[in-house]
Amino acid sequence: MKHRIWQSIKLILLIVGAFVMVFPFVWMLATSLKTLPEATSIPPTMFPDAPQWDNYAEALQVAPFGLYLRNSVIMAGVGTLLTLVLTVLAAYAFTIYEFYGKTILFFLCLATMMVPAELLIIQNFITISQLHWVNTFQGIIVPTLASGFYIYMMREYFVQVPSVLYKAAKVDGCSDWRYLIRIMLPLNKNAIATIGILAFISQWNSFVWPLMVAKDDAHRVMAIGLLHFRDAVSSQVNLQMAGATIVLLPMLIFYLVFRKQIIEGVSRGGIKG
Amino acid sequence: MSRPMLSKVKPAGASLGNTRRSAKAYLYLLPAFVILIGFVLYPIVMTLRMGFYESYVYLTDTGSGFGLASFRYVLHDPSFQLAVRNTLIIVLVGVPITIVLALGCALLINSCTKTKGLFQTVYFLPYVTSTIAIGLVFRWLFHSDYGYINYFLTFLGMEPQKWLTDPTLTVVAVTIFSIWNGLAFKIVLFLAGLQKIDPQYYKAARIDGASPRRIFFRITMPLLSSTFWMVTIVSVIHAFKTYNEVYAMFGGNGAGPGNSAITIVYYIYDMFFNRSQVHYASAAAILFLVLVLCLTALQKWVSRRFVHYV
Repeated sequence: MKHRIWQSIKLILLIVGAFVMVFPFVWMLATSLKTLPEATSIPPTMFPDAPQWDNYAEALQVAPFGLYLRNSVIMAGVGTLLTLVLTVLAAYAFTIYEFYGKTILFFLCLATMMVPAELLIIQNFITISQLHWVNTFQGIIVPTLASGFYIYMMREYFVQVPSVLYKAAKVDGCSDWRYLIRIMLPLNKNAIATIGILAFISQWNSFVWPLMVAKDDAHRVMAIGLLHFRDAVSSQVNLQMAGATIVLLPMLIFYLVFRKQIIEGVSRGGIKG
Repeated sequence: MSRPMLSKVKPAGASLGNTRRSAKAYLYLLPAFVILIGFVLYPIVMTLRMGFYESYVYLTDTGSGFGLASFRYVLHDPSFQLAVRNTLIIVLVGVPITIVLALGCALLINSCTKTKGLFQTVYFLPYVTSTIAIGLVFRWLFHSDYGYINYFLTFLGMEPQKWLTDPTLTVVAVTIFSIWNGLAFKIVLFLAGLQKIDPQYYKAARIDGASPRRIFFRITMPLLSSTFWMVTIVSVIHAFKTYNEVYAMFGGNGAGPGNSAITIVYYIYDMFFNRSQVHYASAAAILFLVLVLCLTALQKWVSRRFVHYV
């Protein structure tokens, strides 16, 4: 009996916590469908009388969210792909080769994990300006492509592949490159997916750097587009929430599809972008 | 589940039995290291240099007066002092609350085996969502007239507050938002730590008739200590970097009324981007780097000395 009561208390606490976590999202969605008087009524009302789907049409008219979405996809998609390529190549070198300076270079990779990105932004912006990369996609993407942490993490997976395989492949006359493509990558599919998902989320949600580099709508990602939209409709909370919903929707869908891998990857990685 | 990766580092030179000497290694390393050197190492060196100039024009890369003047200016700047004070509030008040809440949620989620997946999915939601978009939502939830937070406060019989316009409260609003925003990540880390504990210990304890309290303090906490310590350090470093939350809630037009919610990182970016004082921004960034490195060193030291590993 005591056990039953204790279980119910736990469940109630969990539901209260879940309510706190979900409430801002529900309120956002509800408010995005309200009329302006409904959205600014005192005391606040939770749900609209009749859902105002027009808010979304109006939001899409004020700001080019489709364009922002395209930019986000380009930035996060291309950024993630290239990050994976660079990470795999470097981790592979650290796994199968001995070379002069290996210890120092690997230490360098680890050391970059301790440097806060906040320190780098000043000079990186200056570098980007000197390269005339301000307001370009390469300016947004290139500086973020190499991460000591991902290289370290990938190598941790690579070294678990038994060395017998490598020796057998060598005996059969397999080149190092072929071994990487045919053996290493297929065997580490899950690891690559995990790192890819982590990189994608952190690229997708990155904010400070794209804010500094992007100067026009053609290069703004969703979060930054939302800020401009907010200033354009500064008093219309219902439209702002429609915009916020549009911006959050792609990531919410991505999360619901990949939630297992995402949670697994984050708990394994133990670091936030 | 493997141990959290930050806590243990294998020596890089360790022979793995399947390596051979080859210059081809450099080819594989080249792309990653071009980026690491160009966009991580080079900026560190340059920023260190810029911070010691008394004035610096980045367009022409010319500086004058080499010394500690910029550091002196930053340390005496009232708005940097306010930034440090605010950041310390977020760290010293926000982090302990986050950790207690995260540990509590993780323990609850972990003990309800049937609904574990569902609750994990819900509690993890804020991690994946853009801080900027959800910050916009919180901006309205904190609204003094028609925000839901004041509505709940009056519902509970408390006074409504001017969260976003009262300069003494803006940092409280930012702290509340960052607690909510950061909880998800910490819960997942604690859950991973809890799952690593061998259930045998609990079985043995139950057979011996140990009370739940005793089990918690004698089994769960000691075996969770490495996770606990890692979460603490990650949270502290994170809290020191608070920026997006401030930007999202107050927009680009200053950090709230009278810049009252300014944080250290906000100060650095503002100095650089809006006021173009590169040398002051660099000096502040160097102070910030020293702080983060001290915390990282502290983590290494404590985890070596005090933490029990499973």
